[in-house]
Amino acid sequence: MLNKIWFWLLCIGIIYGFCKASYQTRFPPPAPAVAPASSDASKKDAPPDDSALTAMGKRLNNAVLEATKSSIDICIPLIGIMALWLGLLNVAKDAGLIDVFARIVRPLMRWLFPEVPDGHPAQGAMLMNFAANMLGLDNAATPMGLKAMEDLQTLNPVKDTATNSMALFLAINCGSVTLIPFTIIGYRYASGSKDPSGIILGTLLASSASVVAGIAAARWLSRSPKYRVAMSDASEHAISAGEGGAAP
Amino acid sequence: MTFAEQMQAITAFMEAVSQWAIPALVLMIILTAAYKRVPMYESFVTGAKEGFGVAVMIIPYLVAIFFAIKVFIASGMFDDIKYGLTIAMNSIGLGAYTESLDLLPLAMTKPLTGSGARGIMLEIFHLHGPDSFLGKTASIMMGSSETTFYILTVYFGSVGVKKVRHTLIACLCADAAGMGTAVVLGYLMYHG
Repeated sequence: MLNKIWFWLLCIGIIYGFCKASYQTRFPPPAPAVAPASSDASKKDAPPDDSALTAMGKRLNNAVLEATKSSIDICIPLIGIMALWLGLLNVAKDAGLIDVFARIVRPLMRWLFPEVPDGHPAQGAMLMNFAANMLGLDNAATPMGLKAMEDLQTLNPVKDTATNSMALFLAINCGSVTLIPFTIIGYRYASGSKDPSGIILGTLLASSASVVAGIAAARWLSRSPKYRVAMSDASEHAISAGEGGAAP
Repeated sequence: MTFAEQMQAITAFMEAVSQWAIPALVLMIILTAAYKRVPMYESFVTGAKEGFGVAVMIIPYLVAIFFAIKVFIASGMFDDIKYGLTIAMNSIGLGAYTESLDLLPLAMTKPLTGSGARGIMLEIFHLHGPDSFLGKTASIMMGSSETTFYILTVYFGSVGVKKVRHTLIACLCADAAGMGTAVVLGYLMYHG
């Protein structure tokens, strides 16, 4: 799945960019009225005829450089945040808090994730990730989500393939009910809105709809034969050996 | 007190609650740990050691996905799709709804990149005003969806899962439902 998407994003991006730039070189757009004022001055220096191809090449090259840079920009601060939260979670685990928390929400988690056994640490980690997302605490949500993935991975028989629980967990995460979208209210305020928080109800409704759709889609698709787990040779042998041993 | 003022008061209160959630949680953890006589400094360091590994583990996955996404967006295809759809909708008599096509680049960008989508939202605020139909609908769309590809990359990358099965489609269903609901709500609540 990701293999194909990766290929098509790159393939379409480069070929479409080339075709578009070639077209613009052949038939230049009538008036550059859309160009923002700041870049106007620099554009006038270059001859308008053959600049479209060069400009597109530059854009693509910049995109490549930017991709490497933003990956590192995300990862380096994440080291500190991850260390902090995994440290705190370890203290909470040693103090027995995670077990208490997981016990309280067991009915809900049992219904959502039947494959995760009761009292498994993944239950607590997933719930804390949902709670952090609801409150808009992105810095806390990611480490807890990654901890939950690690715990779910211990239940995974085929380590390089996603389990149903992982798929459902991510679908809920992508939908994530938003109680108050603080960052967006902030941007609205900064843009001079007279009613920056007027979108709370709409956001709550729309994000609830997306969570419901995510759960339904993950549940339904997990039964589809197209997405059956392709067992690796080793685990298939193990299972057939186990069956063979039990049959007689 | 008008409805808008009430909403603002609730927001201010909720923001305070959310800002205090982490300090309160930390206090609760250390108090319980002290009660149970856990050696918490050592316990913290033991857990924190894993943080470096997890963060470094996701770098190759992030570079791979950002590389493809940024190149795709740089090609300028999104703008042309919107232009083509405007013509198509006008020709089949749905011209009254072409206004919502200004939201299409946002809907298509949000699953791919958070910063890109934020830029598009701010542009919509700038062009149409944050309190317009488009401004409010764009805000709801931003608030009710996630940067799916980034989440998938980071979460699966951290445990080394490469075959994601139905996860991507389920997540995109969630995003599409959120965005669709946002546009419908926008027309119902803020249009006209």
